[in-house]
Amino acid sequence: MLDLAVIASNFRFLVLQGLFGVGAFGGGTLRLAIPAIVLGFLLGIGVGLARLARAPWIRLPASTYVEFFRGVPLVMVIFWIWFIIPQLLRLPIPEYGVALTAFVIFEAAYFGEIVRAGIQSVPRGQGEAAIAIGLTPAQAMRFIVLPQALRNMVPSLVTQMIVLFKDTSLASIIGYVDLTKAAQIVNNREIRPFELYLFIAVVYWICTYSMSRVARRFERRTAAA
Amino acid sequence: MSETVIEFKAVDKWFGKLHVLRAVDLAVSVGEVVVVCGPSGSGKSTLIRCVNGLEAIQGGELVVLGESITRPGVRMPALRTRVGMVFQSFNLFPHMTVLQNITLAPVRVKGLSAAEAEKTARALLERVRIPDKAAAYPANLSGGQQQRVAIARALAMQPRIMLFDEPTSALDPEMINEVLDVMTDLAKDGMTMMVVTHEMGFARRVAHRVVFMDGGSIVEEAAPEAFFAAAQSDRAREFLSKILTH
Repeated sequence: MLDLAVIASNFRFLVLQGLFGVGAFGGGTLRLAIPAIVLGFLLGIGVGLARLARAPWIRLPASTYVEFFRGVPLVMVIFWIWFIIPQLLRLPIPEYGVALTAFVIFEAAYFGEIVRAGIQSVPRGQGEAAIAIGLTPAQAMRFIVLPQALRNMVPSLVTQMIVLFKDTSLASIIGYVDLTKAAQIVNNREIRPFELYLFIAVVYWICTYSMSRVARRFERRTAAA
Repeated sequence: MSETVIEFKAVDKWFGKLHVLRAVDLAVSVGEVVVVCGPSGSGKSTLIRCVNGLEAIQGGELVVLGESITRPGVRMPALRTRVGMVFQSFNLFPHMTVLQNITLAPVRVKGLSAAEAEKTARALLERVRIPDKAAAYPANLSGGQQQRVAIARALAMQPRIMLFDEPTSALDPEMINEVLDVMTDLAKDGMTMMVVTHEMGFARRVAHRVVFMDGGSIVEEAAPEAFFAAAQSDRAREFLSKILTH
């Protein structure tokens, strides 16, 4: 039978420590996922724009970046940064730094592709009209093309953000105390895997479902305009 | 002799291997209305898209408002503020209201205050006869209204030249005249215009000169009366017989 008492007695640790990262371990799923999404998306805009550049010395490195990081598993990127970079730099990097760096670098490749496709979905005439009234190419991108591209990108962006959010559970393998690791820690003491992993599944689901609800509202609002 | 504001000197243009403009020579004087016509693929749209640098040329020279636009280092954004363009597919910015469409460039490029830009924009909307649509989004306007907003948007930069690339080709028949009327007013006010169009009635009434293109070359240019009454070339006569029968 389900024994929910184990959830109740460890609720503070699981939610505060595991989800929010408030507690002795640092850690926290949200404390990792939110900056990873924001920074990964910003870097992704750069990667996506670079992929569309006319100059090959900008375009080719960006394409190589995307093809490379889309072709290797995320766990491997985390391991590289965890084991190799500290050796090269002769400098210990804390789990948080490793995890955040790995996610930003890895996800920027995916966000970059979404940004590129979004920009290409805006009709050519939009950029031409902007340039024809005297805007510089950079202004045309900022005021005309990107706002429309972003709107078209929302569904794929949200999907990718949800994937990223759930993938933060992989940070537990280097000892980062996120929701998954917190559940593992509690389970090692309580041996209640069914209840604990069911509970964190529900927490993950509530978070991702809220993300898609917010996105749907955003889409509806911008579609009305 | 009046001032020449656009001058093509042996202009060549390729799209890859396709030779779309072949040694084109053409001079347009200030205040002149030139209608460019010809079969599809003749290079007429490409011709006017070269004037504001939307297409680069590969040979010859093109001088616009006294500046050779092929010279390296020419500041195209600055030149484009003096050359307005209207497109076949309107290309209004769908995420902005009509007013925002018109005030964007005056504010961002010319540095006008929002209030000044809005005042000009409202006057222009009056001029294109849709003063009540300032707050609307493009999606809620008819094609004819959208094209008139596009004209107002171009005029907001106070250009000295206006380019029209098949401005009525995407419109339902009943909306064509409302756009042509605005263009006719503009011509009467002395605007220099290059118009790619199949509206031969407009050409007859408004143009000072008709340029007929085929295969990337200017085959014939003449005053409209002469062109329509007695085109010199076989190709022009054949073209006219096809489009004037309906």
